[in-house]
Amino acid sequence: MTAPLLTIEDVAVELPTPRGNLRAVDHVDLSLQAGRTLGIVGESGCGKTMLSRAVLQLLPKKAKLTGRVMFDGEDLVRLEAESLRRLRGRDLAVVFQDPMTSLNPVLTIGTQLMETIQEHLELDAPAAKARSIELLAAVGIPAPEQRLAQYPHQCSGGMRQRIAIAIALSCEPKLLIADEPTTALDVTIQAQILDLLAREQRRRHMAMIIITHDLGVVAGRADEVAVMYAGRVVERAPTQALFKRMHMPYTEALLAAIPKLETAPHTPLPAISGRPPDPTRPLKGCSFAPRCNYAGGRCHEAKPVLTSAEMAEHLYACFHPIRMTEGIEA
Amino acid sequence: MMQLAARPAPLLNVDNLVVEYGLGSKIVHAVSGVSLEVARGETLGLVGESGCGKSTLGRAVLQLRRAKSGRVMFDGEDLTAMEGEALRRMRRRVQLIFQDPIASLNPRRRIGDIVAEPLIIAGIKDAAERKRRVHEVLSAVGLDPDLVAGRLPHEFSGGQCQRICIARSLVLNPEFIVCDEPVSALDVSIRAQILNLLEEMKARFGLTLLFIAHDLAVVKAVSDRVAVMYLGRLCEVAPSEQLFARPAHPYTALLLQAIPVPDPDVRPVESVAAGEPPSPIAPPSGCRFRTRCPRADQRCSGEIPELRQVAPGQFAACHHPLA
Ligand SMILES: Nc1ncnc2c1ncn2[C@@H]1O[C@H](COP(=O)(O)OP(=O)(O)OP(=O)(O)O)[C@@H](O)[C@H]1O
Ligand SMILES: Nc1ncnc2c1ncn2[C@@H]1O[C@H](COP(=O)(O)OP(=O)(O)O)[C@@H](O)[C@H]1O
Ligand code: SF4
Ligand code: SF4
Ligand SMILES: [Mg+2]
Ligand SMILES: [Mg+2]
Repeated sequence: MTAPLLTIEDVAVELPTPRGNLRAVDHVDLSLQAGRTLGIVGESGCGKTMLSRAVLQLLPKKAKLTGRVMFDGEDLVRLEAESLRRLRGRDLAVVFQDPMTSLNPVLTIGTQLMETIQEHLELDAPAAKARSIELLAAVGIPAPEQRLAQYPHQCSGGMRQRIAIAIALSCEPKLLIADEPTTALDVTIQAQILDLLAREQRRRHMAMIIITHDLGVVAGRADEVAVMYAGRVVERAPTQALFKRMHMPYTEALLAAIPKLETAPHTPLPAISGRPPDPTRPLKGCSFAPRCNYAGGRCHEAKPVLTSAEMAEHLYACFHPIRMTEGIEA
Repeated sequence: MMQLAARPAPLLNVDNLVVEYGLGSKIVHAVSGVSLEVARGETLGLVGESGCGKSTLGRAVLQLRRAKSGRVMFDGEDLTAMEGEALRRMRRRVQLIFQDPIASLNPRRRIGDIVAEPLIIAGIKDAAERKRRVHEVLSAVGLDPDLVAGRLPHEFSGGQCQRICIARSLVLNPEFIVCDEPVSALDVSIRAQILNLLEEMKARFGLTLLFIAHDLAVVKAVSDRVAVMYLGRLCEVAPSEQLFARPAHPYTALLLQAIPVPDPDVRPVESVAAGEPPSPIAPPSGCRFRTRCPRADQRCSGEIPELRQVAPGQFAACHHPLA
């Protein structure tokens, strides 16, 4: 196997708050090969965005980051600002939940696209314009030439997200991080945007991280899935293996809570009771223990670490994993 | 003219409702002739893409936005003809829950006061009685009144804020609640808690609901019947199971395809219907869905399809419904 494009090694992010130190990301290890898609799934506040910002080196100023982020042979944590800026937008691109985060409201769409292209690629204005039009067409924007003169507010939410994707793709990045790219959008538009991302990824052989709270979004579209809870990765596996036999009670609960089309109306949903723990008051035992149906014994006393049993690539952090072949207990 | 399922006098009867907004010199055709009814004790789901007029319809039902034409009959009385005191009295019986729970709570007021506000507006002067009601509804939605009543909204999560909004909507003992995307802003796990809570409250307080959402799976979980809306018009109305098993309208089929299935063996269908809905300022002639419909033909651009029965209890507005 070739060296991964991205390796996240023992990354932790701490944020000072009035209530005390908040550990948003708690010693995470992940890696991603070129051209592959990793899905990161978890409830609101579990640290998905902070982890992706740690990769992008776009953390809040007061945040304290430890660990290493190896991207294409370089440790981003130790890279100086200028090289980082060049890397971001070129090899390393991002799409946010709210497209307005990446779009400038007072500049036309054409100006924004052409600026990014000219900053990172050596193209003159006419060439940059031609490329902008090409990109807008590629992301499914009708009449792209006319769009160039418009401002973001003149576009619908779905259009804006397409434009943000066009800008992200403009310099052929090696890695695209999409943080809940469709959470703010309708289901029909969501499907279109996810298809668009998948198509462009295949075409460009780009690696991609899709962040979402909906396991349904990653099921058909990620090669591998990492489930996060309270700042940690609690289960990680190739997508097929994960859905076939999830070992973490949390992953199972997250899947069960999604309303299913096959279920009859008025069937109570198996909701996960309660909420994740206060991130400024970490628990001694497993963070999921207060909400877990399988909790007992050691669960309240010690933190389970990521291990694998039957399949080397299928990792889980649980003392009482479910759906294991008989006889195996961690 | 009411042509939907024949049933004993519905609690709510919306007849040919038209709601428009002025936008400079232009007109936004937000709701263009919608008829529906909701039986007492029933949950009618209303789905459709953003901007199709769901909220406008919900607000027009509650008279928070006056319709240009058409009628809204509630328990035999015409709300569209009501004004002043009569309308205020009627408003106690109908309530609204919003999509964004945090934004719909006043950040500077304590939870107890927020939940008591409708009681004050309704003229309930007895403070002890108000306190009793507030405690009752806060407990009903699963919050500890003694712990939460004195606190401010920012101290609560999105899911808890939605519980508070639901408590506020229940405090006047209403009969009918419009839930406008009550779980769209919530996470998968909290979403399930709130959907269960709405179901419990409905049973406990004998409520009738108009449940608005853009996610068909969410709608199915709580609705007896579902109405599908597109660009200001209804496409299809049917009992939930039937609508999901045998959609008659091409747009319903499209919405069903777009739902992400949490199963890696189900490959997502490549780009369901190209493009986005056209602008409600200049909606297409004939069938408004025709610009995205794979079955569209000449007739679809010339003739508006009427909502008609395609199977028992199932109504579709389409010239070429699916078999
Ligand atoms: N600027 C900040 N200052 C202090 N704490 C923060 C800040 N941003 C986020 N946090 C906290 O860090 C933790 C992780 O947040 P993060 O935004 O990464 O979660 P997330 O998984 O992306 O959630 P969501 O699904 O809501 O986007 C949370 O407890 C959050 O409240
Ligand atoms: N106050 C308003 N002024 C002008 N147009 C509006 C107003 N409110 C809504 N609209 C427009 O009316 C249409 C229907 O909106 P809405 O009822 O909010 O849709 P939904 O709730 O289905 O997303 C949209 O095109 C929207 O932009
Ligand atoms: S370690 Fe214990 S509490 Fe944690 S998920 Fe496993 S069984 Fe549940
Ligand atoms: S009437 Fe025509 S355009 Fe409209 S949904 Fe039916 S087939 Fe499609
Ligand atoms: Mg986030
Ligand atoms: Mg709305």
